[in-house]
Amino acid sequence: MRVGVVTFPGSLDDADAARAIRLAGGDPVALWHGDSDIRGVDAVVLPGGFSYGDYLRCGAISRFAPVMAEVVAWAGRGLPVLGICNGFQILCESQLLPGALIRNDHQKFVCRDQRLRIENNRTPWTSSYAENAEVTLVIKNGEGGFVADEPTLERLEGEGCIVARYLEVNPNGSLRDIAGISNERGNVVGLMPHPEHAVEDLTGAGMDGLGFFSGLAALTA
Amino acid sequence: MARYVVDVMPKREILDPQGKAVLGALPRLGFDGVTDVRQGKRFEVEVEGEPSDDRLAEVRRMAETLLANPVIEYFAVTGDESADEPTEGSVEPDETTDETEGEA
Repeated sequence: MRVGVVTFPGSLDDADAARAIRLAGGDPVALWHGDSDIRGVDAVVLPGGFSYGDYLRCGAISRFAPVMAEVVAWAGRGLPVLGICNGFQILCESQLLPGALIRNDHQKFVCRDQRLRIENNRTPWTSSYAENAEVTLVIKNGEGGFVADEPTLERLEGEGCIVARYLEVNPNGSLRDIAGISNERGNVVGLMPHPEHAVEDLTGAGMDGLGFFSGLAALTA
Repeated sequence: MARYVVDVMPKREILDPQGKAVLGALPRLGFDGVTDVRQGKRFEVEVEGEPSDDRLAEVRRMAETLLANPVIEYFAVTGDESADEPTEGSVEPDETTDETEGEA
């Protein structure tokens, strides 16, 4: 399984994402924001960070990077795409996912271990988790408040598109405690917490994040 | 040279944490009776040639495409033919505001 990891100017977690893919048995492929093809990869990760300095709005400039035209086109054909943190913001700006991510309601950057419930294990990124599995991942964001209008929220709930929800504490004011969502088809997933930082015992919040990458690898093994 | 002003504001129903923080600070500074503050962005876009309906339409497309996110923000485009620098401390109300609500 070849998994592309896109590096934008200002991406921070591209190396960790590539490492997580490798630890899960996949083959990470470095993609550059200025690339106009995605090198035939089987899936794409848009990593966390502050692409283009978060200028204008988080993800607003990255959306128009040349590589994103390809990612959007292939996502429409079913390519699995995972956007983590800044990647989630890019997916919303690209309209691959509904809603938007706004400044945390308490106005502070939040960095903590966060309990989550994986509510949809039918996406290519969450298939290795039991339904309603409770996991701990790192969260670190300043603009992680998920918002959408009521009809959109109802549709997300009704179609099972809420992939993960915060447990115990809502760290950023996200509506309905939403930590991650998918598109209707399920191939595109956006997640505010960072599974790629929870793949080894030595560092991070444990190993709970590895499943996001190992489930994908198992699909085409 | 024609100049257009694009004002972008968070939609009413969207939480505006920055505006709330400012609202919280004002009473502490002795400004009483402030009931709401909302914080947005202002873009000044300069384009070649004379102002025209086509140019205005083009700036509106810029706003829809990039400057504003219609999911969470409204925008308004104003023609500013004077192209003067704003005078310090003064505020001119926009009378020719062309306000648009984007598609959610």
